[in-house]
Amino acid sequence: MLELKNISFEAETDGVKKQILRDISLKIDERFVAVTGPNGGGKSTLARVITGVNTPTSGSILFDGEDITGMSITERAKKGISFAFQQPVRFKGITVYDLISLAAGKKLSVSEACSYLSEVGLCARDYVNREVNASLSGGEIKRVEIATMLARSTRLTIFDEPEAGIDIWSFTNLINVFEKMYQKIQGNIIIISHQERILDIADRIIVLADGRIAADGTKAEVMPTLSKQKPIVCDVLTEKL
Amino acid sequence: MELDLIQKKLLEQVADLHGIPEGAYNIRSDGKLAGRSTTAHIDIVTKSDKPGIDIYIKDGTKNESVHIPVIIEQTGLNDLVYNDFYVGEDCDVVIVAGCGISNCGGKESRHDGIHSFHVGKNSKVKYIEKHYGEGTGTGGRVMNPTTIVELDENAHMEMETTQIKGINDTLRKTSGKLAAKASLIIHEKIMTTGEQRAETDFSVDLDGEGSSANVVSRSVAKDKSSQLFRSMINGNNKCAGHTECDAIIMDAASVTAMPQLTANSVEASLIHEAAIGKIAGEQLTKLMTLGLTEKEAEDQIVAGFLK
Repeated sequence: MLELKNISFEAETDGVKKQILRDISLKIDERFVAVTGPNGGGKSTLARVITGVNTPTSGSILFDGEDITGMSITERAKKGISFAFQQPVRFKGITVYDLISLAAGKKLSVSEACSYLSEVGLCARDYVNREVNASLSGGEIKRVEIATMLARSTRLTIFDEPEAGIDIWSFTNLINVFEKMYQKIQGNIIIISHQERILDIADRIIVLADGRIAADGTKAEVMPTLSKQKPIVCDVLTEKL
Repeated sequence: MELDLIQKKLLEQVADLHGIPEGAYNIRSDGKLAGRSTTAHIDIVTKSDKPGIDIYIKDGTKNESVHIPVIIEQTGLNDLVYNDFYVGEDCDVVIVAGCGISNCGGKESRHDGIHSFHVGKNSKVKYIEKHYGEGTGTGGRVMNPTTIVELDENAHMEMETTQIKGINDTLRKTSGKLAAKASLIIHEKIMTTGEQRAETDFSVDLDGEGSSANVVSRSVAKDKSSQLFRSMINGNNKCAGHTECDAIIMDAASVTAMPQLTANSVEASLIHEAAIGKIAGEQLTKLMTLGLTEKEAEDQIVAGFLK
């Protein structure tokens, strides 16, 4: 179970401080939790704070009752937190096989690595020896990223917009991947997404807007509030109008 | 011949050999001939006017290999050697050279290998060269390999040159002269540590119509080491040339990249790329989210980069 207590995060760009997360408190123990909300609302920052990439300005994070706020990225990963990036990182010379093996934490057999690739809809034979470099398309590297999450199989996995770059035909398979993943590891899965079909399978939906929790509940509870959200309009434009 | 343990280790490092190789070979140990074998198609002859050997590969020789490793254990040895390869027409051969120095003494051990390749029409040569140094002594380990390549019409040569750690000082000179439709591919991998210095100097003349060259260097400079990469391609005819230097810089190291292109023909198409930078923070972060420590992540990235 993941618990956030009064998490705030402030970033400074060009000397100007901006509050990205404002006093967020949450307990997450559901199977699938979807985090949604407008761009710039703090969703990715929340994922980065949970995984240790960003350090919160204040507040604390508990994972299965243990305070992990002061832990490094590596320590949190070892405790069982995984993070699929919105924009997966590319490496010169590191192959898909290498990356999946690193994720699994052991040297896998080629057939084991291939089975993870097949699960995400990649023809394993064509990909296992490819480098995770610029030659992979956005959709391909995104699937490789998801395959590494399967190889890790940890108690908590956070996906940051996993659907981005994946074609609509493969989308159903992607949802099956999440279902299977849950069956296999029985861990919590947090998915940051704007896709209604992902929101459909979520046990709980959290709406983040302007760094705050704007809504939190089941789909039936949250969806009506989503449509009532005020669109964000640029102040300057409003003044001109 | 029998090899001792240090010789075996050096051979393994520079030539991936676990003993005496199959096929044609010439092993030079501490400046002297330590073993030689020739085949029906490949002859090796000791030079009479200067140190070194001539290697003759007959026309039509296919799927054969030549190993010419050099190993040095004697501290203070200054070894200069000329190896000339004469590859006939229509051949397809693999040549493995390399030098391993194990210097446990206090004096500088040095190997200057000057290799020239005369590759005949329609022949294919894969040339693998590795340089390796080890030893607990304070004496320096210095290597200055020179490679001169002449490719006749439609000849193709692929050269892989690797120097990972252990060599204190190196000046690596490679030059190529290509006839019509000939192609030359060079992949260089270098890692320097401590206060090591590595200088690379490529110069390729694309003389023949339809000739092409691709010179790619990947390097990692750690600690206080320094590297200088110079790559010059001259397009003298309708040809295609590409040179690329990609370096990772770490700690207090220094890297200079100097690609240089000259087109002497309007039909020459030449490109250079050079990139020097530290390991991207997001690469480290990604591998750390997979459970690696920062040091482990760094090692993986460097190993992948130089693979």
